[in-house]
Amino acid sequence: MTSQLITADLVAVNVSAADKGAVIDLLAQRLADAGRVSDAAAFAADVRAREAVTATGMPGAIGLPHAKSAAVLVPSLAVATVPDGVDFEGPDGAATLVFLIAAPAEGADEHLKILAKLARKLVSPAFTGAVRDAADAETVATVVTEAVA
Amino acid sequence: MKFVAVTSCPTGIAHTYMAAEALEQIGRAGGHEVVVETQGSIGTDAIDQSVIDAADGVIFAADLEVKGRERFAGKPTIDVGVKRAVHEPQKVLDEAIAAVESGVVTAAATSSSSGGSGPATKVDPNASTLSRVRQWLMTGVSYMIPFVAAGGILIALSFMLSQLAWGGADGAIEVTAVDAAGVLASFDPTSLQHWCVVLLKTGQLAFGFLVPVLSGFIAYAIADRPGLVPGFVGGAAAGFVGAGFLGGLVTGFAAGFLALWISRWRVPKGVRGVMPVVVIPLLSSLGIGILMLVVLGRPIAALMDGLGTWLSSLSGGSIVLLGILLGAMMGFDLGGPINKVAYTFAVTGLATEGLASDAAQYKIMAAVMAAGMVAPLAMALATTVRKGLFTEIERENGKAAWLLGASFISEGAIPFAAADPWRVIVSSVVGSAATGGLVMAFGSTLVAPHGGIWVLPLIGSWLGFLAAVVIGTLITAAVVILLKTLRDRSAVRTQDVAAEGALVTA
Repeated sequence: MTSQLITADLVAVNVSAADKGAVIDLLAQRLADAGRVSDAAAFAADVRAREAVTATGMPGAIGLPHAKSAAVLVPSLAVATVPDGVDFEGPDGAATLVFLIAAPAEGADEHLKILAKLARKLVSPAFTGAVRDAADAETVATVVTEAVA
Repeated sequence: MKFVAVTSCPTGIAHTYMAAEALEQIGRAGGHEVVVETQGSIGTDAIDQSVIDAADGVIFAADLEVKGRERFAGKPTIDVGVKRAVHEPQKVLDEAIAAVESGVVTAAATSSSSGGSGPATKVDPNASTLSRVRQWLMTGVSYMIPFVAAGGILIALSFMLSQLAWGGADGAIEVTAVDAAGVLASFDPTSLQHWCVVLLKTGQLAFGFLVPVLSGFIAYAIADRPGLVPGFVGGAAAGFVGAGFLGGLVTGFAAGFLALWISRWRVPKGVRGVMPVVVIPLLSSLGIGILMLVVLGRPIAALMDGLGTWLSSLSGGSIVLLGILLGAMMGFDLGGPINKVAYTFAVTGLATEGLASDAAQYKIMAAVMAAGMVAPLAMALATTVRKGLFTEIERENGKAAWLLGASFISEGAIPFAAADPWRVIVSSVVGSAATGGLVMAFGSTLVAPHGGIWVLPLIGSWLGFLAAVVIGTLITAAVVILLKTLRDRSAVRTQDVAAEGALVTA
């Protein structure tokens, strides 16, 4: 099932984090544990580098850290809900929902197309609302998988 | 409205596509069509050029350099960061709509190259007011020149071949006397006479576009697309009331500013969609139509009547003075109202019955035709001896002007006069007046209403006629070179040349 962007173990519910770096590290570790990223620290560094160019806070209190990284083995999405919020310098204040996109440095177009499709979905309040409303990690994974299918 | 957009971002996996989705959605919600080219990690899914050509405006929501930017040149463009397109797509779209309605083609859209989708203009938005006026003029002139060359050469060819077809110098008169519709209805491909009629008719039709194209593209340079319709309509109206190319200059500027003004109206959202297709063309055309037909039409007609009456009253006086006056009128507006009064005065005289072969009417005709040949010949000469004073396309037009002048097609000089009215008109009037007076002094006569050197055998004292034409041509060429050399000390020219280069390479 490697063509699936996300599985339940890549979803962290009710995270509390001091800053966005903490959320990025947490989700990067989840990706490494799942065997989708070869080196959590290297990937997290690439994400931070991208974040340093411009912060990725989105309307709707969403953080969207992402990177193309040689450490990424399988294009993936990791999700965290952060009830108390974490600052991604978004227009609507601290992000309570964080999507971490992991893209391989050199990837098959098919995989990148799925990520592009995901990015388009992230604009839709209906989609982000459904993720936010999901009761548990399993539901989040299902909502995302169906959205990019 | 229709928009094309380009999105890109540093990594090319998130914002590129989010911005694309956001713009497409907001466009759909507002009843607009937004086609997005994502220049992201998947590569570029290039928008078809025909879609770009059909678009009203361009949105660059790109953090990276837009690939193939020149494809979008010449359209109202806004340049926003990719993030703004994601965060506030509605505002971005509103800005794009405002850009289209104002019709302003920004430097961002045109700086890279003018080889884009819409017709190129010579307009540099950063230029001073005076040089922008010249740039607007030159845009109109540059689009008019091919019509002058094509139409003029076709007419001249028709005159030349008709010598063969009718077996003599009368051919150039015969070819205009035949009923074109009748010839075309029973067209005979083996008849050279019929081919002459086809050439003449085609050339005349091409000439019909001179003033509308001049006026239309001046207005286009000022107001972008909204200017085209009132500009063309105004040019046609100027032709209808006999206002000539000077009338076309008036309608070009008036139409451009009228369309620009209307396109900047703040209108309710629901009306915006029909602004470019219905409201702007409708109102601006009506305004220009009223201006030309009602406001300017009657004074022009009255002026022509008055001049005609005055000319008739002069007939008893000095014939040389009359020749000078007629020559000056011929050279003044090259097919406009003043020129037409002089020409009509001469042609009407030809119809008088029972004239002696050296009647004043024949001399008047000779003076009028000789004077009408001066301006294009002089421009051809000036572009040959002083290339540096003229732009590239003026020099090209100068080559055709030799043939046009020799064929008594005064319109060959219009591109020069429209581009630089007062210098060219002053020099044209001086030389043409000299020629008109000289023809009278030499006593040349002409029984044909047109034809230039192709009716030379019909001219009495033809050597004097030719000498008068040559002298007038030399005078006009010398004066225009002098005036343009004086102007050259200002910096205006270098800008023109630069703009010219951009258009030629487009």
